Amino acid sequence: MIVETALIFQRQMRILLRNPVWVFFGLTQPIIYLVLFGPLLKGVRGGGLGGDDSWRIFVPGLLMQLTIFGAGFAGFGIIQELREGVVDRQRVTPARRTSLILGRTLSNMLVLAVQGTILVLVAIPFGLHPSWSGVATSIVLIAVLAIGVSAASYAMGLILKDEDAFAPFIQGVSLPLLLLSGVLLPMSLAPAWLETASKVNPLTHIVDGTRALFRGDFGDGDVWLGIGITVALSALLALWGARVFRRQSA
Amino acid sequence: MPAPDPIVVRGLARSFKTRDGVVEAVKGIDFTVRAGEIVGLLGPNGAGKTTTLRMLTTLLEPTAGSATVAGHDLASRPREVRRRIGYVAQVGAAPSAGTLLGEELVTQARLQGLSKAAAAARLAQLAPRLDLAGLERRALLELSGGQRRRFDVALGLMHEPAVVFLDEPTTGLDPQSRANLWEHIRRLREEMGVTILLTTHYLDEADALADRILVMDHGGLVADDTPAALKARIAGDVIHLGFASPEHAERAAALARETVSARELVAQGDELSVTVDDGAVAIAPLLGALDGAGLRPATVAVSRPTLDDVFLTLTGRSLREDEEAAA
Repeated sequence: MIVETALIFQRQMRILLRNPVWVFFGLTQPIIYLVLFGPLLKGVRGGGLGGDDSWRIFVPGLLMQLTIFGAGFAGFGIIQELREGVVDRQRVTPARRTSLILGRTLSNMLVLAVQGTILVLVAIPFGLHPSWSGVATSIVLIAVLAIGVSAASYAMGLILKDEDAFAPFIQGVSLPLLLLSGVLLPMSLAPAWLETASKVNPLTHIVDGTRALFRGDFGDGDVWLGIGITVALSALLALWGARVFRRQSA
Repeated sequence: MPAPDPIVVRGLARSFKTRDGVVEAVKGIDFTVRAGEIVGLLGPNGAGKTTTLRMLTTLLEPTAGSATVAGHDLASRPREVRRRIGYVAQVGAAPSAGTLLGEELVTQARLQGLSKAAAAARLAQLAPRLDLAGLERRALLELSGGQRRRFDVALGLMHEPAVVFLDEPTTGLDPQSRANLWEHIRRLREEMGVTILLTTHYLDEADALADRILVMDHGGLVADDTPAALKARIAGDVIHLGFASPEHAERAAALARETVSARELVAQGDELSVTVDDGAVAIAPLLGALDGAGLRPATVAVSRPTLDDVFLTLTGRSLREDEEAAA
């Protein structure tokens, strides 16, 4: 199973590294936010914002945005692979179905961890002063989340089988989830109804957790809640994705 | 005890739920393929050929029936089946940039369980056989149609499977590439002894490659026979003879009636058409008798019925009509 997973992982990485344009474009969006939106937050008061502290609020939000868009659109790739016949070709081998999806999600995880690291490094000259152990833990956290999110995205790609249905679906799911998790501005600025709605969103707690980590508050309850929710959510999504990969035979 | 037949299909069926209700794509078919046979599954688009192939290659679960492939039950031991079969899918969309022929073949072989060394050795052995030698570092995007198809075939052969399934192997290829791929498919059987089940909607392809043809229509099998027997059963061969005058043709018709057991005799002007079971057998005595009577024909031609004629007789519809309706 390890060999099979590694084979799929290597194949995905091979294709990706020969076409690094996609990795690059995946990074440009959060960096544009960082450059063109981030400075506005320095002047905002309240919700922990203001001055250089803003960056410790904002960069964890951008990490989440990067994860949801980066891993969330992974399913695009599998729709192309379905058309190419790659998925069928791999499914007629005795390789375990779980390996076929795990190898793919691990490649998404690695790409995301690298992108996240670059994003944090780019934010430093803007005035980000984070806890470095907190940053490292946050990168691990979003990498774990990326496994679940990309697995679910692959599953949706297999179910929908069509980019024209897939793109609006992912956009439709990810945008409200992201906005509700307070990636751009902290939810403590929100009116009561919006804040309540955001509490139901698991991503909110992950973002809150990484913000606490960036501050270096390892003792903060948000950290442990964030970690717990990340692991549980990712495991759930990954299990569902693997199940769909096993079942989806048409 | 002799080895079991590599493909045994019993009551295999598959239905799909669609907006218009349940569609029975394959309606409980039975057939057997013997070791070393090349069997063609022939039928128009939508007849259920690909659905059948996808079930036999474990890609699609049957809704009813059972099948044994390469000695293992499809439903209970799919992994054992997968180890022993090769699958060449219908031609797919353009491949991803960044995929190289050699690497893709090795990855496929390794997913089939070959070691790194064995996969590399197998690539070196198989590439020249499929005219792919020297293309190992070539991007899949840069392959010609014929090369791409031979690469697809190679994907299905890397682990030396006992049974190979080919889904419309030459669709979209130019005539020369088609003939070339046919040659490769025939050699597969001669050199490796594999059993082959292929689908096609090309009549000439089934005729050229298959030892036996299963004709499929609307999800069921409507015939199972050798190409020659199918043709003989349906229409017979036609011997066309041209004479110097209508009077000669009339006399030749009378003589032909006595000499060969003709199914049908049509004299029209100075031409005579004689329909017989087997043209190759009938032609010598017929020409001998005509020569003896001083009625040597000016022209002689034997035409065999096409599989289109066969299909028309079996289903009441021409394949071409179906293709036009589908287009």
